[in-house]
Amino acid sequence: MSTLLLEAERVKSYYHTREGTVKAVDDVSLDVENGIILGLAGESGCGKSTLMNTLMMKIRPPLYLVDGEIIVDGERISKMERKEIKKKIWGVKISLVPQSALNALMPTKRIIDFIRDVVKFHVDVSDGEIVSMARKRFEELNLPEDSLYLYPHELSGGMKQRAVIAISTLLNPKLLIVDEPTSALDVSTQKRVLKLLLDLKKFKIIDSIVFVTHDIAVLRQIADRLVIMYAGKIVESGTLEDVLSNPKHPYTAGLIHAVITPEPEIRKRGLVSIPGEPPNLINPPSGCRFHPRCLHAMPICKKVVPELVDISNGRKVSCHLVKA
Amino acid sequence: MLLKVKDLSKTFIVGLLRKKEIHAVRKVSFNIKKGEFISLVGESGSGKTTTSRMILRILKPSSGSVIFEGKDPWALHKIEDLKWYWKQVHGIFQDPFASFNPLYKVDRILYQTFNLLNIESDAEKEHLVKESLKEVGLRPEEVLGRYPHELSGGQRQRIMIARCYLLKPKLIIADEPISMIDASTRAGILKLFSDLRNNYGTSVIFITHDLGLAYYVSDRIMIMHNGSIVEEGTPDEIMEHPKHHYTMRLKEDVPLLYRKWKGF
Ligand SMILES: Nc1ncnc2c1ncn2[C@@H]1O[C@H](COP(=O)(O)OP(=O)(O)OP(=O)(O)O)[C@@H](O)[C@H]1O
Ligand SMILES: Nc1ncnc2c1ncn2[C@@H]1O[C@H](COP(=O)(O)OP(=O)(O)OP(=O)(O)O)[C@@H](O)[C@H]1O
Ligand SMILES: [Mg+2]
Ligand SMILES: [Mg+2]
Repeated sequence: MSTLLLEAERVKSYYHTREGTVKAVDDVSLDVENGIILGLAGESGCGKSTLMNTLMMKIRPPLYLVDGEIIVDGERISKMERKEIKKKIWGVKISLVPQSALNALMPTKRIIDFIRDVVKFHVDVSDGEIVSMARKRFEELNLPEDSLYLYPHELSGGMKQRAVIAISTLLNPKLLIVDEPTSALDVSTQKRVLKLLLDLKKFKIIDSIVFVTHDIAVLRQIADRLVIMYAGKIVESGTLEDVLSNPKHPYTAGLIHAVITPEPEIRKRGLVSIPGEPPNLINPPSGCRFHPRCLHAMPICKKVVPELVDISNGRKVSCHLVKA
Repeated sequence: MLLKVKDLSKTFIVGLLRKKEIHAVRKVSFNIKKGEFISLVGESGSGKTTTSRMILRILKPSSGSVIFEGKDPWALHKIEDLKWYWKQVHGIFQDPFASFNPLYKVDRILYQTFNLLNIESDAEKEHLVKESLKEVGLRPEEVLGRYPHELSGGQRQRIMIARCYLLKPKLIIADEPISMIDASTRAGILKLFSDLRNNYGTSVIFITHDLGLAYYVSDRIMIMHNGSIVEEGTPDEIMEHPKHHYTMRLKEDVPLLYRKWKGF
């Protein structure tokens, strides 16, 4: 039995806005085991980034943790003071490379100065030690050491993203969360970033990764497990192979069918897109939130919220079509 | 021939103290027929956008020529002639957010097209705007009157395509109109371009770094590298028998759904 690095139980986090309450993460339970790469996929606006921020307890108004518990490496961070989380958890046990990471670096600071500030916040070491630590890490990861002495705008998009990832993992956190790290990069650069993530794991700098993207073909290359999110809820999860070869939720099947890659299997089936648009999360549809777009919807789907049930060996689905 | 591009080049001079030349586009030549769908594929910085900006008559070429329906757009100066050109050759830009002014309602981006069209009646304009939104699968009542940040990326992208339904250009240059969009929305948007081609004989230059997307929609694919077109062919030729080593690399770097990369 593998150990769990992260456990989230019945988590709800909502944005309180003037227009109403946005139920961006609504009753989500999720485990991340030691040693795996977990891929989280779902359409734009389904709550992926909100969920990641919540798992980190990076929560500030208008976002509120309404309910649920989050445990990271044995520590119940959902109850912890923000100051303690900053000191003991972020960067040390769990690190997040946010969706906007390409802009996360300070434009006025060289990469090395940025690193110095980040590291000093957590540990008491000299400047010299930090520099040698950073150089060693960049060398280990095959990143040009010269880039440490450049300003962010002097780096290409791909190099910037790799630098941000290297910096986020400098203190060897157990879990790294990367939110759409390659969506703004071209395919060749994307591959280099993915390779870097695998290296981080191979060299045991980190133990597990949560990789967020809307691109399932990317997850196919690196993930061990797949979690599919729709309108603030997890609708399906399982091993990558199981979910891709035998999707149980109609939404998962739709997402997989919308993938466009140059392969004979896909040429044969043609391009299919899921009809309609994801719902507004202030007033999500009743029952199963996917029912208005689902080709298999039954009367019950409109009325009863389907539970996420374990159908076999950790394979979970939340759909009235599927019997436990 | 609708468009003839011959030896098109652009050199940027950068640096104030030590001047440096960047050869962004080098002697690019190609032709496009009416109703043809071609893709220009290459990595970041390969010169795709620079090429499209020269064709759109936004950026003056350093040398070479662009001839559209027998006319050189750079020889057009009268406002009427320019309006004609921009009605016929329409660009959809990389970042749909950049095309929208956050301070104005999205309606404006559609009504702006009437500057290039001869339509006077407000009722007629409103009717055409609504029709164009329906063509791209949007409900007018859901998007009109809203601000850009109140719409999803997919909706913003569709509004940009709705402009094409208003203008009915002969050539559309779509510069990575889907890079930041969901995989599931991509299929729908690609289909809209195909519909325009099938219904109105619109020619399309589709610019992307994803060979996988180009494979599905194009009649012809051109591979761009360091400012030059290094290979061109039908999608099958390019995917099954790539000749240039750069094309081979591009092909290998596309993540697939049913196959895993070597070493991953
Ligand atoms: N600061 C905010 N205030 C109010 N609502 C917000 C805020 N940030 C996000 N939302 C809403 O919360 C929902 C989830 O957004 P989130 O950014 O988590 O989605 P996502 O799955 O990460 O999307 P994407 O793929 O586009 O990054 C959306 O409906 C979004 O509009
Ligand atoms: N206004 C400019 N001044 C100086 N150099 C420029 C300018 N515009 C583009 N370049 C340079 O020209 C080259 C080609 O850029 P271009 O934007 O055409 O590439 P691209 O293929 O569209 O890339 P991407 O996929 O990232 O959009 C790059 O080296 C770029 O830095
Ligand atoms: Mg996000
Ligand atoms: Mg470009």
